Amino acid sequence: MTVTANGPLPSRSYDVAVVGAGVVGCAIARELARHPNLRVALVEAQDDVGQGTSKANTAILHTGFDAVPGSLEARLVREGARQLTAYAGESGIPVEPVGALLVAWDEEQLAALPHLAEKAVRNEYADARIVEPPELYAREPHLGPGALGALHVPGESIVCPWTTTLAYATQAVRHGVDLHLNSRVEQASRQDGGHVLTTTRGTLRARYLVNAAGLHADTLDRLLGHHDFTVTPRRGQLIVFDKLARDLLRHILLPVPTALGKGVLVTPTVYGNLLLGPTAEDLDDKRATGSTAEGLALLREKGARVLPALLDEEITTVYAGLRAATEYDDYRITAHPGQAYVTVGGIRSTGLTASLAIAAHVTALLADTGLDLGPAVDLEPVRMPNLGEAFPRPYQRAELIAADPEYGTIVCHCERVTRGEIRDALASTVPPLGLDGLRRRTRARAGRCQGFYCGAAVRELFEGAGA
Amino acid sequence: MTGPPRDVDVLIVGAGPAGLAAAARLAAPGVARVEVLDREQQAGGVPRHCHHGGFGTWTHPLTGPAYARLLLGAAVRAGAVVRTGVTALDWAGPLALNTLGPHGLETIRAAAVVLATGARERPRAARLVSGTRPDGVYTTGELQQAVHLYRQRIGTRVVVVGAEDVSYAAADTVRAAGAELVAMVTELDRSQTTTARAQYARLRHRVPLLTDTTVTELLGHGRLSGVRVRHRDGRTVQLACDTVVFTGDFVPDHELARRGGLDLAPDTRGPAVDGTLHTSRPGVFAAGGVLHPGERAATATREGSQVATAVRELLEGPRSFHGKRPDLPQ
Repeated sequence: MTVTANGPLPSRSYDVAVVGAGVVGCAIARELARHPNLRVALVEAQDDVGQGTSKANTAILHTGFDAVPGSLEARLVREGARQLTAYAGESGIPVEPVGALLVAWDEEQLAALPHLAEKAVRNEYADARIVEPPELYAREPHLGPGALGALHVPGESIVCPWTTTLAYATQAVRHGVDLHLNSRVEQASRQDGGHVLTTTRGTLRARYLVNAAGLHADTLDRLLGHHDFTVTPRRGQLIVFDKLARDLLRHILLPVPTALGKGVLVTPTVYGNLLLGPTAEDLDDKRATGSTAEGLALLREKGARVLPALLDEEITTVYAGLRAATEYDDYRITAHPGQAYVTVGGIRSTGLTASLAIAAHVTALLADTGLDLGPAVDLEPVRMPNLGEAFPRPYQRAELIAADPEYGTIVCHCERVTRGEIRDALASTVPPLGLDGLRRRTRARAGRCQGFYCGAAVRELFEGAGA
Repeated sequence: MTGPPRDVDVLIVGAGPAGLAAAARLAAPGVARVEVLDREQQAGGVPRHCHHGGFGTWTHPLTGPAYARLLLGAAVRAGAVVRTGVTALDWAGPLALNTLGPHGLETIRAAAVVLATGARERPRAARLVSGTRPDGVYTTGELQQAVHLYRQRIGTRVVVVGAEDVSYAAADTVRAAGAELVAMVTELDRSQTTTARAQYARLRHRVPLLTDTTVTELLGHGRLSGVRVRHRDGRTVQLACDTVVFTGDFVPDHELARRGGLDLAPDTRGPAVDGTLHTSRPGVFAAGGVLHPGERAATATREGSQVATAVRELLEGPRSFHGKRPDLPQ
């Protein structure tokens, strides 16, 4: 099993290099790992998987009810949702099918609901139905006054995006994929019928190339001579509220979409918090992952209307992510047979849901392009540590604590993360290289105190492990 | 939960000044079974990482850790059982708590429960300070533990947000760690500590105090590179630093109070109590920082003694606030 983070990259050529270890790149690497004859590299600019758009999203497993019917995105989201739901069950990725309510606050929005219901049917989703205010308020007693009705979409779920990405990466690495971190691709060229990638850690050669570089997919595409699309980072700021607010909400509350985007939602998370966001700001800077006073004020204003009691609750944290928006409505997944190259661009917030279907689609495109996949094997299932509140956490499991008292020793009190879980994460297949990576694997330091109680103790465990 | 519930007379949650003082006062005159739980590995609460003076009495000054040891010793000598590394997870009944420790899960029932769960500083995001999420962002609590308990390196150039007692304690810790204090920043018009302490910091250590000034944004990817501050008159400036400490702005650790459905005080959102520190649930009391976030340790200690009196009256009989002696668990 190979994960590298420093030193020169291996000189031997790979069959396939996947650039970008976000949720999509990891899913593609995992799919390719089913073919043991292939030598696959997963190349990532940052120090962990899922560090770009994949780590800072709304963490929803969509049904695809509101996709553009007939689009590639609609098909891949539909297929991917089924696949990810099944995969999550066998891999221990927390998913909660809480359902969504698209709430109409004026007559125009109310009038749009039947069209959305109809669109859902065209997207092969039959369970959406319109609910009247009495049922709406019975379902959501804390909803702000003045709602006129809603579309109930029972299949919408919440999911852990970090565990999903890590599960893919873990399985890929266990099946022979080399994961190279801290390897930013700076140049790409063709030599002797193969790809030569110049990275911050030296040269990497591969016969086939998959561009899953997310926000930077257009840059890499241009290095290979294509000008098919431009990524405009769209910033989404989100506010995470205290777990004590969890009982205020049962469903994902979505606004009725407008021309300006899907709007600001309020949703529970699988960790037991409530999430308010995102904003939608088109920017030029692909590093602008900061929150702004204006953005947070806007979210609080929207939240006050939808769930007034929410604003009395403590804020646990705030984050901002950049979505890889392009000038097109659909994904931009394109095979370039002459170049032994597949571009996976324009994967927006639905990419998490669609990831497994995207991976299958891209693998088929590689085969069409001439890659001999060779025989396929079944992957060994992976069992991920549970971060979700709907399933037993280690601190709740008497049998586990009896076998190993480290699971009875809480380090991070707000999130009830035990020393056993931190130890396991540090020894895992794709270990964290920083405290943020440890947080995404265990939730340590992710709670309401943000380290007041446990910050130094968690750092001690991390640094003591020789990281 | 595994196993049958275990019974004690008084269960105190939190071995800080309030909880330990209550335990010492209750166990001494013979309340048979007084048990104190603390989720940390060491008893003492916040004072255990306050390596500065200002604890104890005027005639007998102590550092925080010495004060914590004194309180712990008194509780243990009186006969209280102090168990660290044990978390009170949730309520198992009106006067019963589910607990967790390395030994496993256990339900403990009591005739009286005292919530002495303390308070913590509001972290950066809860103060709605925008910007990136770099390394190098602390509260005083984390900073003191990092420097004094774990000898960790903090950054080299530090901005302290706040100018009250705890902020000056944070500044002392920054100096103890060998780092440079770039500035203290307060949105108020002057320092909130004693004149002597403020002058000492300004003259002896030449610490600039920026009054009427708010930290508006954190900057930097990976490691903090600076903070943007805005003066009340609208001027903004960027302070280069690799560490920022958010001090003060204490909030009660009220999770158990809320999960138990106890009435909350509208101002602090700690549990609401009457004159005898009784909460809205018969047999459940509260004392210390959870009631008065950010108070001094001496105040919490005094209140711990007070709550002991109230608990004893409840246990001993008819003069209790609620008018009847509770049924002791069998």
